[in-house]
Amino acid sequence: MIHVFAWALAIAWLFPFVGLLMASFRPIPEIIGGWWNFGQFSPTLDKFGSAFSKIGTGLGNSVLIAVPGTLIPMFVATLAGYGFARFSFPVRDYLFLTIVLLMTIPQQMVAIPIFRIMLGLGLANTVSSLILLHSAWGLPWIILFMRNFISSLPKEVEEAARVDGASDFKVFFRIVLPMALPALGAVAVLQFMWVWNDFFFAVLLCPATVSCMPATVALIRTIGRFEFDPGLLAAGSVLVMLVPVAMYAVLQRYYIRGMVGWTIKG
Amino acid sequence: MLRLVFFAPALLLVLLFVAYPVFATIGVSLFSSDGSFVGFGNYGTVLGSPDTANLNGFPKPPPYGTLIHNAIWIGIHLPLSLFLGLWLALVLRDVKGASWIKTAIFIGMVTPLIVGGILMLYLYDGNIGVVPSFFNLIGVQSLATGWLQHPVTLLFGLIFGSVWLWTGFSLIVYSAGLTTIPKDYWEAAKVDGTSTFRMFTRVTFPLLKPMTIVVITMTILWELKIFDLVFGATNPQGGVGGAADVLGLQMYRYAFVQLPANVGAAAAVATFLSILTMVATVATLRYMVKR
Repeated sequence: MIHVFAWALAIAWLFPFVGLLMASFRPIPEIIGGWWNFGQFSPTLDKFGSAFSKIGTGLGNSVLIAVPGTLIPMFVATLAGYGFARFSFPVRDYLFLTIVLLMTIPQQMVAIPIFRIMLGLGLANTVSSLILLHSAWGLPWIILFMRNFISSLPKEVEEAARVDGASDFKVFFRIVLPMALPALGAVAVLQFMWVWNDFFFAVLLCPATVSCMPATVALIRTIGRFEFDPGLLAAGSVLVMLVPVAMYAVLQRYYIRGMVGWTIKG
Repeated sequence: MLRLVFFAPALLLVLLFVAYPVFATIGVSLFSSDGSFVGFGNYGTVLGSPDTANLNGFPKPPPYGTLIHNAIWIGIHLPLSLFLGLWLALVLRDVKGASWIKTAIFIGMVTPLIVGGILMLYLYDGNIGVVPSFFNLIGVQSLATGWLQHPVTLLFGLIFGSVWLWTGFSLIVYSAGLTTIPKDYWEAAKVDGTSTFRMFTRVTFPLLKPMTIVVITMTILWELKIFDLVFGATNPQGGVGGAADVLGLQMYRYAFVQLPANVGAAAAVATFLSILTMVATVATLRYMVKR
């Protein structure tokens, strides 16, 4: 009984997504009154073609932003996370706590100065501005995550290497980094998803320039919402969410590990 | 000293693009648009504005102002998503194929929130929307119209929609939490003849307290920061009459949409919002330490 109910609920949970999907590949008149009307059924991929021609550049920009926007903070934060886990120096814990507290800051809190800084650096309306900003913005949570993970690793191997005369950097690159790979996998999928899904920073730094706008902004700006073509918007939305959903489907265990480890340990 | 190299890149990026802008925003919030120092004047203007809180003549349909909307969001979305996720986590322990169900429910968490907002159009549209079509099917005509065109259904529709998107979070956290509780606890309680409900209130829920704190903190932060969803479902004005306007959107509109822009007021909204997130975080963290 409870099985049937749980499954029914899970299927009902997917109804809105199915609705979006139906609107993307069926003519709108067919789905008036609910997508479950199959009196007429003439699926077509036309809308996906025209949606791709409108937001294809945006999808490309999203990749150009999200890949370095994931790799840069991963590397930088792992260095710092290792430092916080293993080196002791005055004010270390205060510094760490401050960085962690920055995690709770809303994006709006930095918007105006960031906009001005990027204008000043001549980076407004470029992909680079978003890479830089996401790299910095991702650091607090990745530092926290990596510091917690590295603290949980046994110290003995590092100490043994140090006795053999290995430098801090050698220890970091040869011993710590390889051992941290599972944690880095979790960091990579979450950070990539957040950068890909981001809308606020994107619309802040690239509100109207096709050459820099990522897919989330392109979806709103080039397909639009008013007097809109519902089929086209639905197809565009499916294309934008395809990447994070497919990644989640394939790399699920990293998501759970990342989400739960990060929140519960944090 | 060489060890400074481990921290330098991170500190540089955080200082330049996170910490400095935070203080600069506080600075901006103290000045008016023409550049004169007004102290906390912008805060007074913002907090006294009907954009922020507008309860004159209550009860009435929304808009009630951004601050009230965020508060309503927390009041409805937090308990619903928390208990729905907890209940599902408990139920799904004994269901075959539970991991598939969890996967399905978690999709809302990986969907870009701007798409989540657009999804609201397909959820609530009067002609093709899933929800109005469903109410039409079961004969409730009053709810079989476009939800986003009316202030009341717009605000509450978006809140319910956001419950649908976010419940995956508490489900996943509680599911992970339940696996850390040894089975003996329940077996011991079962032997004593404890009822299921008592077992939940006396054993399970108290043991899940760390997860509950995490879910409450993260959910409140999410509700306070909500932006993309409203932007995607409505417009920079927060829909009909601003009925779904929220603090995050208000800030964006003041600084980057309205002409002339009012960056001082926008910065005041941002600072106020940050104070709220800080208070929420510190309150729950202190609770965690006291435990």
